[in-house]
Amino acid sequence: MNIEVSAKARANGQNTRLDIVDCDFHPKLTIEMMRPFLSNQWWVYLQTYGNRSRHGYSKGYAYPKMTPQAARRDAWPPGGGLPASDLEFLQQQHLDYYGISAAIMNPLSPTGQGDMNIELSVAMASAANEAQLIWTGREPRLKSSVVVPYEDGAASAAEIRKRAGNKDFAQVFMLSRTGEAAGRKRYWPIYEAAVEASLPVGIHAFGYSGWPMTSSGYPSFYIEEMTEHATAAQVMVTSMIMEGIFERWPDLKIVLIECGFGWLPALGWRLDKQWKRLKGEVPHLQMAPSEYIKKHFWVTTQPMEETENPDHLLEVMNWIGMDRIMFSSDYPHWDFDDPFVSLPPSLTDEQRRKIYSGNARALYQLD
Amino acid sequence: MTDVMTEVGAIDCDVHPSVPDVAALLPHLDTFWRDSVVERGLNSLDSNSYPLKSPLTSRPEWRNKSGLPAASAKEVGDQVFGRWQSGTAILNCLYGVQLLFSEDMAAAFCRALNDWVVKEWLDRDPRMRASIVIPMQNVEYAVDEIERCAKDRRFVQVLVLAMQEVPLGRRHFWPIYAACERHGLPLGIHAGSAYRNPVTSLGWPTWYIEDYAAQAPGFQSQMASLICEGVFAKHPGLKVVLIESGVTWLPGFLWRFGKFWRGLRTEVPWVDRAPWEIVRDHFRLTIQPFDAPDDPHAVERAIEHLRSDDILLYASDYPHWQFDGDAVIPAGFSPALRRKIAISNPLATYARLKEDAR
Repeated sequence: MNIEVSAKARANGQNTRLDIVDCDFHPKLTIEMMRPFLSNQWWVYLQTYGNRSRHGYSKGYAYPKMTPQAARRDAWPPGGGLPASDLEFLQQQHLDYYGISAAIMNPLSPTGQGDMNIELSVAMASAANEAQLIWTGREPRLKSSVVVPYEDGAASAAEIRKRAGNKDFAQVFMLSRTGEAAGRKRYWPIYEAAVEASLPVGIHAFGYSGWPMTSSGYPSFYIEEMTEHATAAQVMVTSMIMEGIFERWPDLKIVLIECGFGWLPALGWRLDKQWKRLKGEVPHLQMAPSEYIKKHFWVTTQPMEETENPDHLLEVMNWIGMDRIMFSSDYPHWDFDDPFVSLPPSLTDEQRRKIYSGNARALYQLD
Repeated sequence: MTDVMTEVGAIDCDVHPSVPDVAALLPHLDTFWRDSVVERGLNSLDSNSYPLKSPLTSRPEWRNKSGLPAASAKEVGDQVFGRWQSGTAILNCLYGVQLLFSEDMAAAFCRALNDWVVKEWLDRDPRMRASIVIPMQNVEYAVDEIERCAKDRRFVQVLVLAMQEVPLGRRHFWPIYAACERHGLPLGIHAGSAYRNPVTSLGWPTWYIEDYAAQAPGFQSQMASLICEGVFAKHPGLKVVLIESGVTWLPGFLWRFGKFWRGLRTEVPWVDRAPWEIVRDHFRLTIQPFDAPDDPHAVERAIEHLRSDDILLYASDYPHWQFDGDAVIPAGFSPALRRKIAISNPLATYARLKEDAR
């Protein structure tokens, strides 16, 4: 996972041209890039108190990552700065090297999402969106995501409406560990505005909900934090279905980013099974839970599931639907999936075309 | 087929006796706690994990006139040993004593509950076995209760809830696992919460169906914790049975866990094998609720993804309403596998079932 990739070794890209859309690329928007778009009050506040996530450490993470910045060791720009903060270097190392035609930017920190101070989140989300536009202006292969201060539904909706119609934005962007499960009423203004703007809602694993990472309290290890993202995603999908948001917004499209997907078919089966007994509790559902999954959810590939028997992976992908799976690399993080080798070799050419680009082009209206 | 499709002599690994009310436990409490119950007006410890009237809590025809299912050894025996022709039933009592906040009170009520199970159930039907309910509120008390009950060989397992105050792998729990190992008792982890934390990592859900759905992720977290903390490196003889956990989440969970183990194993060097190997050696899952589509072919595929014939245990989850008719084992299991999960897998899991009890 930390094999050095020389930025110049394959300047001409791959030999057989494969259209690749990377649905999970993480630009490092530094706080300095955001400064012009923050008021003096918030700038001073950030200098004094910084971001306060819903955990104990003022700098860094609740669980120490296994590499600095959770990044590939070779992703640190030679000219200095953090991984994915140097546009020119990442163009070479990632976009050009793999011949990527489009990459959806999913900015993580510092964007203020999930901060204890919701007004700060509101200000920073807007600044993060302005900062992304600087990069899309310089690099047309990049697409922005509308970062929303999701714990404030009304402010999030306002931010989405402000960006609606701007073709540089491909989706609305949330994290999976929200303060309440994503189906809850406080988030409904986000979905309403996203549908209105014809934007899918991409929900990326991570964030700090403020609740323990398991229903039995906090685990001890970073490896557990990583596996727990899939449990949080199961809870999140369950909530979105059971709260009936897809009955309210039948055009709502959700992309699960870096949540994995091996768990998704089994979740649908379990919910269907329970719904058979408990449908009287949720009369607002008009169809079986797994039908909502099929109709409203897309998934990205990284971290690509590794099955013991390769046929099982293909089977799971077929259960989800080859038209619902979209390639993602997670550049520049340590668990990056290489576009050339991560997908199962036994996919048909048509399936590869869909997963590498076709599904994303259709969903994000990229053409 | 119109006949009841049964596995004669099966070991039913998950049957739930109902405690009618706190008064039923009074004869088994000492004077102090008996007086407390009366003076404080404590009459119910029913858990929110299974609302009494919820359809999932009991199939309608299994409720008695007052709405209570599985209220006596005879009722349970008629169904499990009569209609389904099982040979043995393991009783897992879910009365909410594990939710109490006072550790003293919890210890007293666990003792009372286990004694009640002996008197009202085990003594009334020799085909019944039971799990020791322990007060996880205090590890010393929990070990004491295992030591006290383990003398009765009809207790075949130790029972805890899937959702705890802290994850089950944490080291301060290990004396409990040492006691399990010492006495040949698997650790049974059953669906349900002690409600110390929200039932999801994203807070309290709106609907009960979300609470029940969240049990599966709850089990996944516990499996990760037990493995990552090194419980099986320290206690190689420990077996863990996930009860009413659902089944089909397991392969997907292990694929992800296995992948991250490859990348992050330096953090947990005592985990010296892939998680799925540890799971196959140490974990067993009861079959109900079998959370696959009804289609027998889909069931077959789901079983194939488990890559183990040893991992499933027969269980009706009576009186919970998981299936209709008599389909304790869903269509899609081969006759040989039906037989294996009904008899040999439980016997290989529960050492004490091989003994002539008493």
